Amino acid sequence: MRDVSIIGLGQVPVAEHWDKSLRDLAVQATRNAMKDAGIQAADAIYVTNMLSGEYGGQEHLGALIADFAGLRGIEALKVEAACGSGGAGLVLGYLAVASGLRDIVIVTGVEKMTDTVRAKTTTGLATAADADYESDHGVSFVALNALVLQRYMYEFKVGRERLANFAINGHRNAVNNPNALLRFPITREAYLESPMVAEPLTLLDCCPTGDGSASVVLAPRERAREFTQKPVHIRASTVATDAIALHDRKRLLQLAAAQMSAQKAYKQAGLGPQDIDIFEVHDAFTSMACVSLEACGFAEPGCGWTLAEEGHIALDGKLPIQTMGGLKARGHPVGTTGLYQIVELAQQLRGEAGKNQVKDARIGMAQSVGGSGATIVTHILEADS
Amino acid sequence: MDLPRHWRLKSQRYHLTGVVCQDCGAKLFPPRQVCADCSSENLQSQDFRGTGQVYSYSIIRQAPLGFNEFEPYAVALVELDNGPIVTAQLTDMGSRKPYIGMPVEMVVRKLREYGTEGLIVYGYKFRPRLRRA
Repeated sequence: MRDVSIIGLGQVPVAEHWDKSLRDLAVQATRNAMKDAGIQAADAIYVTNMLSGEYGGQEHLGALIADFAGLRGIEALKVEAACGSGGAGLVLGYLAVASGLRDIVIVTGVEKMTDTVRAKTTTGLATAADADYESDHGVSFVALNALVLQRYMYEFKVGRERLANFAINGHRNAVNNPNALLRFPITREAYLESPMVAEPLTLLDCCPTGDGSASVVLAPRERAREFTQKPVHIRASTVATDAIALHDRKRLLQLAAAQMSAQKAYKQAGLGPQDIDIFEVHDAFTSMACVSLEACGFAEPGCGWTLAEEGHIALDGKLPIQTMGGLKARGHPVGTTGLYQIVELAQQLRGEAGKNQVKDARIGMAQSVGGSGATIVTHILEADS
Repeated sequence: MDLPRHWRLKSQRYHLTGVVCQDCGAKLFPPRQVCADCSSENLQSQDFRGTGQVYSYSIIRQAPLGFNEFEPYAVALVELDNGPIVTAQLTDMGSRKPYIGMPVEMVVRKLREYGTEGLIVYGYKFRPRLRRA
């Protein structure tokens, strides 16, 4: 086993890219990452995506993106784990380099979501759930998360207004991120008056989807300095799974796969939650951010929202989250979101986060969630010393 | 269309057919080949009772394709009496609002249509439990 470092970062803004195709976006992010790393070639490219077959009639993305990115001939595979695809692809890249079988590996995520209409988007996202026993009953993806929040509010006697700061924090941080989709702040009043999508989740509890692509280049740590003065080191890369359907979870509010995945990551890195300077949480819904904080050991069960209420999640708080906007305001191009999180975390650890720079950030964690919590990927990154 | 897929699900959709683990007693719906709790393959088919209570619920105002005709509609996690939890729509609610703990019972209703030349799919939904006459 070898240590693995990130030597290049690339992304395109999350947006409604009417004039760009899926392959245009992926090639642009990939070439940006290759330029950042100063490489012309690689041993492999792994492409992460969830919905290209459903929305664009296009699968076989490994070969497609390799071909158009000027990498024809290379080992190229697609990785899918619903909305956790981005994180899952990085695990595969990490394993390839750590094993010693590959040296330079590119991991590129891409999602093209705006070529379709809302109801079809909703249907596509629902493919992350159990088709026979959840989606066939008309349960949207938002509704699955609403079922969790409704029970959470009941068991812990918490009102939904307690989640407001998760939305407000994401929007505030997105203002300074040129690659974010929703670059405007929101007020507490706007949050409280937001229309219901699936009770008790409102529009401003939910992240927006969009088109996007993000890419990283990996190398063995001992070679990282050949390519960059600012390598970022991967200290842990883990995946855990849970029942795919909510009704089969042992404890609905526990997000067990997040707990398992985080514990494995802490163990691999020899660190604990108290060592994490930044946490890029999978805030697809404010409620998901809340239960993730609890599952990863940052708050007691039923208390995740207190970190938001008490301001600890802000850029100058004790656990900054959504530092470049999070899913809530950077946007959630589902199959590549896990890689936006990694790019943003690496920017923070390289000291390149501009106005959103978290001071003295050394250790960061990112978590990528597939479905309503069935696949959860955790990465811990460390700045170069 | 998915005709064979819906046909295969008929005992689950109409009878709530699941399995009971003969080794650890776990009651599982949908049916599985391997027990989710103890990994035993010694599972026996059982139809669960169609009564239970609402464990959690939501009201959907933005429906996936095929469900717009019901919008807005309530969905729930229903905890079956002496059985597992099932995800389903609530129906026949009238002016009643769902609540956690609401007693409900299973009925077979239309789940969705696949257009004018497509399938009409039926399956379980849950309505507020009727009082005995």
